[in-house]
Amino acid sequence: MANELSEVQRSLIGKQNKKGQTYTDPQHLFFEAPRTPAFFTGSEVIKEAIRRASVDVMVAYPITPQSEAAALIGELYAEGYVADYMRGESEFAVMGQCAGAAFGGARVFTTTAGPGTMRAFENFPMWVGSRLPIQVIVTCRGINSPLSIQPDTLEMYFLLGTGMLVWHAETAQDFFDWILKGYIVAEQPDVHLPIAVCCDGFFVTHTKDTVLLTPPEMCLPPYDPYRSPVPCMDMETPPVRMMRDPFVMKSNYISYMTHASWQEETRGACERSRKHTIPMIGGLIEAENTDAEILIVASGTAVSQGREAIRLLEDEGIRVGLVKVKTLRPWPGQEIREATKNAKHIFVPEFNVIGWLAQEVKATIPDNHRVIAGPHVAGGMTMPAEVIVEAIQKALGRHVTTLAGRGS
Amino acid sequence: MRKRTNIRMSGLGGQGAVTAAHVMAMAANKDGKFSISNPFFGAEKRMAPAESYCRIGSERIYDRGELVYPDIIMVFHPQVITLQKSYTAPFYSGIKKGGVLIINSNSELLSEEDKAYLANLNVSVYTFDGTSLAIEIAGTELSSNMAMIGAVAGISKVVTLESLDLAIQERFGKKFVASGGTASLDEAIKKKFAKKEQLLAKNMATIRKSYELAAAWAESEKLAVAV
Repeated sequence: MANELSEVQRSLIGKQNKKGQTYTDPQHLFFEAPRTPAFFTGSEVIKEAIRRASVDVMVAYPITPQSEAAALIGELYAEGYVADYMRGESEFAVMGQCAGAAFGGARVFTTTAGPGTMRAFENFPMWVGSRLPIQVIVTCRGINSPLSIQPDTLEMYFLLGTGMLVWHAETAQDFFDWILKGYIVAEQPDVHLPIAVCCDGFFVTHTKDTVLLTPPEMCLPPYDPYRSPVPCMDMETPPVRMMRDPFVMKSNYISYMTHASWQEETRGACERSRKHTIPMIGGLIEAENTDAEILIVASGTAVSQGREAIRLLEDEGIRVGLVKVKTLRPWPGQEIREATKNAKHIFVPEFNVIGWLAQEVKATIPDNHRVIAGPHVAGGMTMPAEVIVEAIQKALGRHVTTLAGRGS
Repeated sequence: MRKRTNIRMSGLGGQGAVTAAHVMAMAANKDGKFSISNPFFGAEKRMAPAESYCRIGSERIYDRGELVYPDIIMVFHPQVITLQKSYTAPFYSGIKKGGVLIINSNSELLSEEDKAYLANLNVSVYTFDGTSLAIEIAGTELSSNMAMIGAVAGISKVVTLESLDLAIQERFGKKFVASGGTASLDEAIKKKFAKKEQLLAKNMATIRKSYELAAAWAESEKLAVAV
């Protein structure tokens, strides 16, 4: 069965927390509870999701564009909705503190962005190997020099190999829902992995948009640390046994085998998250008009820009389908093969210089010469829908009136 | 009916261009339209270029990020033009045919070349001294952004005065964190007024006056921009 609760969690359903919120069955909270529209920034939406997420520990450190969300969750702590809140000394320290709290049995939340993600990096595969279901929000921004605080999704490319679950939200609505749903999926005993819920900074965090919120008086059941597939750290299982188990530290065949099998197992756990994720977020991809000869495959804000481009092309009589990739890990390879089987031209617009999503799609589908990697923007540049339209028209050999760009 | 009105607001850090886009989008939302606002800036500092974008439409809006092809451009400070403090060069780059340019200035800033380019695209230009208007009515230049909101609403009619009133109350009536910078600026503007009610009333009075002046101008120019 997908997305089950433990006995302890089930026994709490219907009971109230100290703020008077009712622990609610996630299925009811997500799919049946009434929703109220709000006109919020993405940062405010992160706060509203965490208000309902029964989070035990949040560790904060400022870096644009996640600082507002981190500060707003500080307010939730002051109001008593988050059990503990502390400020780290750096992103590296933050992720270490998150690990400590998760080892200790807490539901942990943190947020980071761009250079902060890179600085924190050593901890992400460590979280995976330790099976800590920490949730980190990654509000992507430029990581290279020269500096940019605007969106660039290059940091997600690095996250793909960590073994974490990596989801890419398109809108604030995705964010609200996926933060809550992410905990339920990540904490399943056969998954029990950290999850990075990513978005394109500013375009989601600082954008005011309409979001449908669940009632504030309902919250998720708390984390049950005894669902961990590795010994839960408590007084009988002190941390020293977890971290200094001697044979793993030796260089011999059995230690190599231990590493190899555990890495296989953690990646297997990521694959096993599919069955929980699919019913939660309505599939790993969203596909529209995949019978069209031209397809846009994208994730994050590039999906939104693709939707606008499809409208513009429709006005010119060109029909284009869309595949929104919601999860990068697990990678929806089978779904993408199926959705792209009719397409003659597959465009992959991206907010990064290397085109990592196009690389992933090319490695997935037959006849991958159909994939046109682009258009790309990088370093925080906006991708107007007109740029996608122009790329598609060019590829079709149509006459293109060059658009007035910057500096013209 | 137009599907979309795209408004680009070019200002300087501290002038409230980000707040203006938020207020416009909130008002449109209250009018039952689809709207989105988002800011674009570098390090948050006074007098540095800061832009914000407001998209209002009759159908769902997906578009995010910098507005490269706006219908309306609002210039909050002369330095946007004179010192090229905008993210596009020249500041009117990308403006659509039949668009509107709103400039807060007490003097003429456009060159003959600018005027010829804009006339060729049939762009109307409304230059007015919004800062003096703000000082006259609200008693502080910090309300210049309210004068700009009144002007764009009066010309375009994309939002109603009633909804602007509600949006102003929502924006300043409770604690709001758009960024570290806006939080401290909110504190600064609150100190300018004895009571929050006074702040709301004076800001709304600034919007109304500017709306009337701009609406009269739009009438004389026979402009119709509303979604």
